[in-house]
Amino acid sequence: MTLTLEKTEQALAPLVEVKDLKHVYGGGKGGPGLVVLEDVNLTLKADEIVGLLGRSGSGKSTLLRSIAGLITPTAGTVSVSDVPGDDAAHGVAMVFQSFALFPWLTVQKNVEVGLEAQGVPADIRRKRTLAAIDLIGLDGFENAYPKELSGGMRQRVGLARALVVQPSVLLMDEPFSALDVLTAETLRTDLLDLWSEGRMPIRSILLVTHNIEEAVLMCDRILVFSSNPGRVIAEIKVDLPQPRKRLDPAFRALVDDIYARMTAKPKAPAREGHFPGTGLGMALTHISTNTLNGMIETLTGGPYNGSADLADLARELQMEADELLPIAETLQLMRFAELAGRTLRLTAPGRRYDSFDVDQRKQMFAQHLLAYVPLAAHIRRVLDDRASHQAPASRFRDELEDFMSEAYAEETMDAIISWGRYGEIFAYHEDDDRFSLDDPA
Amino acid sequence: MVFLSSDRLNAGLIARFARRELAPNRFDLIAMALIGGFAVLVVHGARQMNLPVSALSTTPISLDLARLPEYALRSTLRMFAAITLSLLFTFGVATLAAKSRKAELVIIPMLDIAQSIPIISFLAFTMTFFVGLFPGSQLGVECAAIFLVFTSQAWNMAFSFYQSLRTLPGDLAEVTQQFGLSPWQKFIKLELPFATPALIWNTMMSMSGGWFFVVASEAFTVGKTQYMLPGIGSWLAVAIDRMDLRAVAWAVGAMAVIIVAYDQLLFRPIVAWADKFRFEQTASAEEPESWFLDLLRRTRLAGRLLKPLSRLGRLITRSPRRRQTAPTPVSPRLAQWINGVWTVVTSAAVVGAVWAIARYLFLHLDLADLLTAVGDGFLTFTRVAILIVVASLIWVPIGVWIGLRPTWSRRVQALVQFLAAFPANVIFPFAVMGIVAWRLDPNIWLSPLIILGTQWYILFNVVAGASALPNDLKEAAGIFHLRAWQRWRDFILPGIMPYYVTGALTASGGSWNASVVAEAVSWGHTTEVAKGLGSFIAEATAAGNIPKVALGATVMSIFVIALNRSLWRPLFNYAEKNFRLT
Repeated sequence: MTLTLEKTEQALAPLVEVKDLKHVYGGGKGGPGLVVLEDVNLTLKADEIVGLLGRSGSGKSTLLRSIAGLITPTAGTVSVSDVPGDDAAHGVAMVFQSFALFPWLTVQKNVEVGLEAQGVPADIRRKRTLAAIDLIGLDGFENAYPKELSGGMRQRVGLARALVVQPSVLLMDEPFSALDVLTAETLRTDLLDLWSEGRMPIRSILLVTHNIEEAVLMCDRILVFSSNPGRVIAEIKVDLPQPRKRLDPAFRALVDDIYARMTAKPKAPAREGHFPGTGLGMALTHISTNTLNGMIETLTGGPYNGSADLADLARELQMEADELLPIAETLQLMRFAELAGRTLRLTAPGRRYDSFDVDQRKQMFAQHLLAYVPLAAHIRRVLDDRASHQAPASRFRDELEDFMSEAYAEETMDAIISWGRYGEIFAYHEDDDRFSLDDPA
Repeated sequence: MVFLSSDRLNAGLIARFARRELAPNRFDLIAMALIGGFAVLVVHGARQMNLPVSALSTTPISLDLARLPEYALRSTLRMFAAITLSLLFTFGVATLAAKSRKAELVIIPMLDIAQSIPIISFLAFTMTFFVGLFPGSQLGVECAAIFLVFTSQAWNMAFSFYQSLRTLPGDLAEVTQQFGLSPWQKFIKLELPFATPALIWNTMMSMSGGWFFVVASEAFTVGKTQYMLPGIGSWLAVAIDRMDLRAVAWAVGAMAVIIVAYDQLLFRPIVAWADKFRFEQTASAEEPESWFLDLLRRTRLAGRLLKPLSRLGRLITRSPRRRQTAPTPVSPRLAQWINGVWTVVTSAAVVGAVWAIARYLFLHLDLADLLTAVGDGFLTFTRVAILIVVASLIWVPIGVWIGLRPTWSRRVQALVQFLAAFPANVIFPFAVMGIVAWRLDPNIWLSPLIILGTQWYILFNVVAGASALPNDLKEAAGIFHLRAWQRWRDFILPGIMPYYVTGALTASGGSWNASVVAEAVSWGHTTEVAKGLGSFIAEATAAGNIPKVALGATVMSIFVIALNRSLWRPLFNYAEKNFRLT
C-alpha cells in the first residue's frame, strides 16, 4: 500500500491507546478473584486491521469490551481519540458474535438504533441508514425482521448498524464464528473488499478471533494472547499482500508458526502440560473420552502414523485451535501423546491403547488416570479409606475452589466425573451429588 | 408463583429464578410482618375516623332484564380499571425492584407473600378503609372493589415483569450501552418489548382469576352494613336473596358473554400482535391468530385511528439523550454506610409492625379464638388437599388423553381457559339448592365448590404438558411397546410433571381463596355452612367482628405460605430440575 505523506502523519497518531490494562473478575469478598488480563498494552493506528488472537479465557473479549466502554477495567487506562472535525461523538462501534439484533425491530430500525440514540433527526437518519444498508448489500431487506434472515444476512445488519454511526474504529468480537464456513468466507471477503476500497467510514478495525487462519487472512498485525491470565505473548506483523491465499506457502508457514507459539510451553516450570495449576489444583478441561479415543485413532490411522502437525490436523478435522489444543493437552496429561512444538506425537502407551479392545482400553485409561491425574487418585483414595465407600462431591469441589474459580472447579469436576466413570474407578450419583465405589455391574 | 407461559424459554428462566429463592429467608418474615402491620394500622385508622358507615346510600339493584347489559358493562369496566391499575403498579414497582438492589430486597419478598395471601379474607378491611376515605359516597365501595380485584392480579404480573428485566439478553443490553441509548430508549427498545410476551400471558391469567373477585366484591356485607355495587355480582346477590332461579341463569349467561368478548376482542388480538416480541430468532411453528386483529389490520379506519398513536410513540422515543456509561463501583465505605442505615430503617419498621399486630389481637381476642381458627384451618386444609387429589385423579388422565391429540387439545384449551375464567361463585346457588333438596351434609357436599373454579388450572396445564411431549419420545415409547403402567411411570408422568405441579399449586392457592366464599353459601334465607377457616372468616365478616376476621385472615395466610414454602415450591423446583424437557 502506498501512502501519501499526509496519510503517514495521520497514521502515526494512535486511535486507541491501552496502557497497563489489568482486569480481575470476582474477588469482591476478600478473595483474590480471577485475573483475566494483565499488563496489556495496545496501540491502534489508522489504516490497520489488528487481530486479537487467543484461546477462550485469554481475556481478549474483555479487552475489546474495555475499549468499547462496556467494562471498566480494574487498573490501567484506555483512551480512544475522536477524529477531529467529525461530528460523530462515538469513536468506536461494535459488531457482536451473536449479532445482537432486536428481534422485534425491522432491519432498518435495527440499523437506526445508534443514530436514534445520538438524536439524529429522522430524515437524515433515514438517509444514512439506507446508505449503510446499501453499502453492506442488504437493500431489499429493509423491512424484514431478523428472524426472516439467514445468519450471514443478520451479521450484515450488525455490521451496517456499527458503520452507520461512523466510528473511527470498528470493534469486532468473533464476528464470523457463529456462521457456517461458506457464509463466513463470503462475509470476510466482502468486508476486506470494502476496507481496501476505502468505502467504509472507519479508519481502523480491531478483530477478536480464535481462528488462526482468519487472523492471518485479514489482519496487518496479530497480538497473540496467553490464557490464565491473559497476556500478550507475541506480536506478529503480517506482510503478505492482499488478497491472501490460504494455500500460499508463506501463508501456511505463518499459520504453523502461530500454532507453535500458542502451544509453546509457558516458562513457569511448575506446570504440568498446559493446565494451569499443579497437583490437586490442576484445572482440567472436560473432553469426552470419545473425543480422546477418536483423536488417538486419527493419529495412528491415515497419513499420520502416530505423529501429526497441529495445523494439518485442524484442517482435516475442521477444528479451530481453540477446540484442538485442549484435546492434545489432555492426551499429553494422560501420557498418551506428547506435544512438541506444533507436532502431536503418540507415545508408546498411546499406540498400545489404540490396539486394545474396549475393556482393555478402559483398564489402561483407569491406570493412567490414577497415575497422572492427582484429583482422580485423591478421590479414589478417599473412597477406599472410608468404611461406607462414599463421599459427597461437594467436598472435592470445595477443595478445588481453594485453588481456582468456581467455574473452573465446575469444569474440572465434570471432567473427572466423566473420565472416572469411563475408567470405572468410581461411580457418581447426580441425584445426591456423591461419589461411591459401588459398581452397577 | 408466576404463571408459566407456553413459552418454554420463559419457563426456564422462571425456574432458575424460583430455585434461587428456595429457602424461606428473613426477608419473608420481614415482608410478612410489614404487610400485616400495615393492614392493622389501616383498620385502626379507619375505625378511629368513626364514620357513620351505615349512612351510605346504595342504589337498589333491580332484576329488570333491561338493566342487565348495563350491569354487565359496569362489571367489565371495574375489571378494566383494576387491570390498568395492576399494569401501572407492575411498571413502577417491578422496574424499581429490577433496578435497585435495595428496593429489590424489600419488594420481592413482599410480592411473594402478597401473592400467597388469600386476599378475599381481607375484603372487610379494604371495604372499611375505602368507605372511610370517601364517607357517604358510592365511590369508596367502588374503590374497595377495584382494589380487591387489583390485589388478586397485580403480584404475578409484577413478578413476571421483574423477571424479564432481570434476565435481559446480555448481548442486547451491551448494544444499548455501546450505542449510547438513554435509559428511556433502553426501556422502549429493549426492556418493554422483551418483557411483553410473559407480561401479556400473566395479565391474561390474572384477568381470568379476577372475575371471581369482581363478582365477590360487588355485593358484600360487613356486620349490619350491606354494600351493593351495580354489576353482575350484585344482580346475582339479589337474585339469590329473592330465590329467583331465572335471574341466576341470566347472570351465568351474561358472564359467559363478557368472558368470551374479553377473550376475542381484547386478549386474542393482543397475543397475536405480541408474537413478534417473542425472543427467538426463528419464526414460530404455530403463530397465534386472531380474526379480530386481522379485521382491524384490513380496515382502513383502524389504520387511520392508530396513526396519531404511532406519532405519539415516535414522540415518546425521541427523548432527551443521555449517554449510558459503564457503571462505576460505589466506594466500599459509602456502601457500608448505606447498608447500615437501610438495616436500621427496616428493622424499626418490622418491630413496629409486629408490635401493632400483637397489641391489636391481644386487645380483642383470647386463646380460644386462636385455637378455633387453627383447628378450622386444618379442616379447610384437609378439604383442599383431598380435593386436589381427587381433581388430579380425574383430570390428569383426561388431560393427557386430550393433550396427545393435537386437534382436540387446541379446541379444548380454549374451552378450559373459558371455564377457568368463569367465576364459580355464580354457580354456587345451584349447589345449595341441591343440598337443601336432598338434605345432604354441607360439611361434605359444599366442599367440591372450593375447587369448582380452580380445578381447570390442573386440566389446562396437563393438556399443555401432554401436547408438549416430544414426538421422538412418543415414537420410542411406541416402538418398544411400553406397557401401559410403564408408559405412564417412565414417560408421561415425568414429562408432564412440571406442568402438573404448576397447575396444582395454582389450583391450591385459588381454592383457599374460594373457601371464604364456598364454605358458607346462601339461597334465599337458607345458609349452608361447612365448618372450616373459610366459614370462620365469612361468619366473622357477616357479624362485623373485625378482630376475628383479622385473626382468620392471618391464620389462613400463614397456612398458605407454609404450604407454598414446604410443599409447592420444593416440588416445583424438583420437577423443573429433573423433568423439564427442553
